[in-house]
Amino acid sequence: MNDDHRHDDSHDHGSELSEMQLRVRALETVLTEKGYVDPAALDAIVDAYETKIGPRNGARIVAKAWTDPEFKRRLLADATAAVRALGHESRVGDHLTALENTPKRHNMVVCTLCSCYPWEVLGLPPVWYKSAAYRSRAVKDPRSVLADFGVKLPDDTEVLVWDSTAESRYLVLPMRPAGTVGMSEDQLAELVSRDSMIGTGLAKTPGAH
Amino acid sequence: MDSVHDMGGTDGFGQVAPEPNEPVFHAPWEGRVLALQRAMGFAGAWNTDMSRFAQERLPPAIYLAVSYYKRWALAMESNVMERGLADPDEIAAGHALRPGRKLKRKLTAALAAQGLGRGSFARETNRPALFKIGDRVRAKNIHPKTHTRLPRYVRNHVGEVVVVHGCHVFPDAVAQSMENENPQWLYTVRFDGRELWGADADPTVKVSVDAFEPYLEPA
Repeated sequence: MNDDHRHDDSHDHGSELSEMQLRVRALETVLTEKGYVDPAALDAIVDAYETKIGPRNGARIVAKAWTDPEFKRRLLADATAAVRALGHESRVGDHLTALENTPKRHNMVVCTLCSCYPWEVLGLPPVWYKSAAYRSRAVKDPRSVLADFGVKLPDDTEVLVWDSTAESRYLVLPMRPAGTVGMSEDQLAELVSRDSMIGTGLAKTPGAH
Repeated sequence: MDSVHDMGGTDGFGQVAPEPNEPVFHAPWEGRVLALQRAMGFAGAWNTDMSRFAQERLPPAIYLAVSYYKRWALAMESNVMERGLADPDEIAAGHALRPGRKLKRKLTAALAAQGLGRGSFARETNRPALFKIGDRVRAKNIHPKTHTRLPRYVRNHVGEVVVVHGCHVFPDAVAQSMENENPQWLYTVRFDGRELWGADADPTVKVSVDAFEPYLEPA
């Protein structure tokens, strides 16, 4: 548990929550009365992020790439086009790139300047992705960050860190775990954790908790 | 601008602490902030880089102390007031006291799916790219007081162009004016960890940034 996390989640929750609830309601009321926003549209956006757009979208893409070599080829060549062809709730932005992990090369994604993240395929970023601890350390000492997640890579694996400093968005294609021969796309998608698609985790091994 | 948002390489922030079973939002107001930001962006009130720049201009101590969505809310209040979309007395009152301005368009529930999608930042150009894959480039030692997307930790360091993305809207320009997209070639530039962090750094690490052509010079 670090200070950043404690701060976000408990330190001043009581006072900040009530203060922020009122403050944001005031802002929404002003912008609605001014005619700029429609509360029903805001409801629809919140609902989409709570119920439709999340890491399951990315997991299905990864599982398909594991089972369909032609899709994998298209995904690595032009992820925007390959993903758009699958049809998702939220139209994927024009600048998505898939990064393939191999035994020799591990990819990891960060945004040191703010919190750029491939929303369309992974949903909203978790608090840790937006934390100062992750943003500061991922580019300087990625293996120690991986250790925070309980991940240890072989010493000779190359670690490529991608700092999302423009509008390009990156999706990591994790390695397919051993022991998954013959599994269906749906079964495989269950093994694809969100963190494995950011590069701070590995895909789950069948039977492991 | 050089401020605390540019965090790459800063020490002392502690361990990364994933939260098990993290909810999408930790409180209802977080979702409203996100949706307001989307709706105001759709309306053309400001752009993504203007939102980022408003966050970067928060006092450093506040930037570091408040939660992510509170930072968004504070930046949104700044953008609303700076652009004359509402006045401080209205924000304080929690009600409109004067009629609103006309914006480009309005996000409705029927259009909400459009408000979720990201636009394209690619732009046509006749100008040839200065660099190609494999070129050695140096990130310039520049310190603009305004919005930029060149992080400090790569400035004055040499890397290799590994991707040419095409010509994209230039954040440094469009953060200042919605009309001034000033498109520039965009590259992924990869740096050896030891080039950035010294001879003792992990030799297996390479770090890339996406860098616009004005950030780079031949090395």
